[in-house]
Amino acid sequence: MTAPSEPVSASEPLVPGAPPPATLWVDLWSGIARDNPVLVQMLGLCPTMAVSNSLANGVAMGIATLFVLVGSSFLISASRKHIPNEVRLTSYILIIATFVTVADLALAAGFPVISKALGPFVPLIVVNCIILGRAEAFAGKVSPSRAVADAVGMGLGFTFALSGLSAFREVLGSGSLLGYHVLGSHFEPWVFMVMPPGGFLTLGLIFLGMGWYGTRKARRAKERSA
Amino acid sequence: MSNLAWIFLSTLLVNNFTLAMFLGLCSFFGVTSKIETAWRLGAANTFVLLITAVSAWILNTYVLATTPFLRTIAFIVVIASTVQIVEMIIKKYLPVLFRELGIYLPLITTNCAILGLALFQTTRGYTLVEGLVFALGAGLGLTLALTLMASIRERLDVAEVPALARRMGLVLVVASCLSMAFMGFAGMGSAP
Repeated sequence: MTAPSEPVSASEPLVPGAPPPATLWVDLWSGIARDNPVLVQMLGLCPTMAVSNSLANGVAMGIATLFVLVGSSFLISASRKHIPNEVRLTSYILIIATFVTVADLALAAGFPVISKALGPFVPLIVVNCIILGRAEAFAGKVSPSRAVADAVGMGLGFTFALSGLSAFREVLGSGSLLGYHVLGSHFEPWVFMVMPPGGFLTLGLIFLGMGWYGTRKARRAKERSA
Repeated sequence: MSNLAWIFLSTLLVNNFTLAMFLGLCSFFGVTSKIETAWRLGAANTFVLLITAVSAWILNTYVLATTPFLRTIAFIVVIASTVQIVEMIIKKYLPVLFRELGIYLPLITTNCAILGLALFQTTRGYTLVEGLVFALGAGLGLTLALTLMASIRERLDVAEVPALARRMGLVLVVASCLSMAFMGFAGMGSAP
């Protein structure tokens, strides 16, 4: 796994496969919209569906992941010149696992109810593909400031997707939002939505909607050019 | 004995790792376009799960008893090295499979099912034998889900599907139906 060593110039060290230069704002924004980890890259689906049965769980999971993502991206980027290429994945995983342990203990101390509801899905942030994916594709190859901007963007993108999904599921599945009843007493909750199949279905509907929008846009563009 | 049978059936069907607990979804959606590859990945996963169950039990009993806060880190290191070994074995003896699985083989490390198994085994306080049965049930359940999904997707490939559903949308709706079917097992007894 020895990457070809490029001649290193004094000012701009070249890393093979490094992302093209961009402003911090672009790095930040790409994670929220254009390269949204859940809706576009389809990464981190396990926690997305497992904890999106209520808005409180979804937001807590999003914030915990955001914390781990930012912390580990910064540390990986800051120490990228000292990590040998052969053991980089192991090093990344160890750094990520450390931040996850911090997040897990902090959550258990500060929000015991949510920590209990999320259960093993907090330690499972270690194996969230978004974090290792960003470490490998981005943080290990760029300066700490860009790595943090990208991590904040990806973390926020993940949190937004998760919040939207869990709000939808909680409203339909329990008739409430954050525990408050919003749909009135005459509403019969669709218990199905907070159970496992509801998670698959909700995300499936989102992808179907995006597919519909995409095909419509392509057709319009074709009609206009014809 | 009935306890062991219950653990096995419960992880295989009622609480299927993929369809009821959302563990290992990346490979569930990523490697299920061919039946052959799907069940082989399932077998590789089962193997890693069994080794993980034993290592997690050893770690829990002898190493982590006084330092439970190191659990996540210790588990992930053991899992990463196990996957590395399995990868080397498959590369040496089954090169064709090695090429087919591609990136999803090293990604078994980040398959949440593996770490999830170690964590659930810990929180439920399983003994070594119970842990092994748990791992076997989980692995076979994973293989079952992967194979079912791959069989359906092979059919979908030749079906006429509206353009908007051609990517992940339809696959997720199919997964939802599968998951619903597995909910039917929920009536099978209750935990002792």
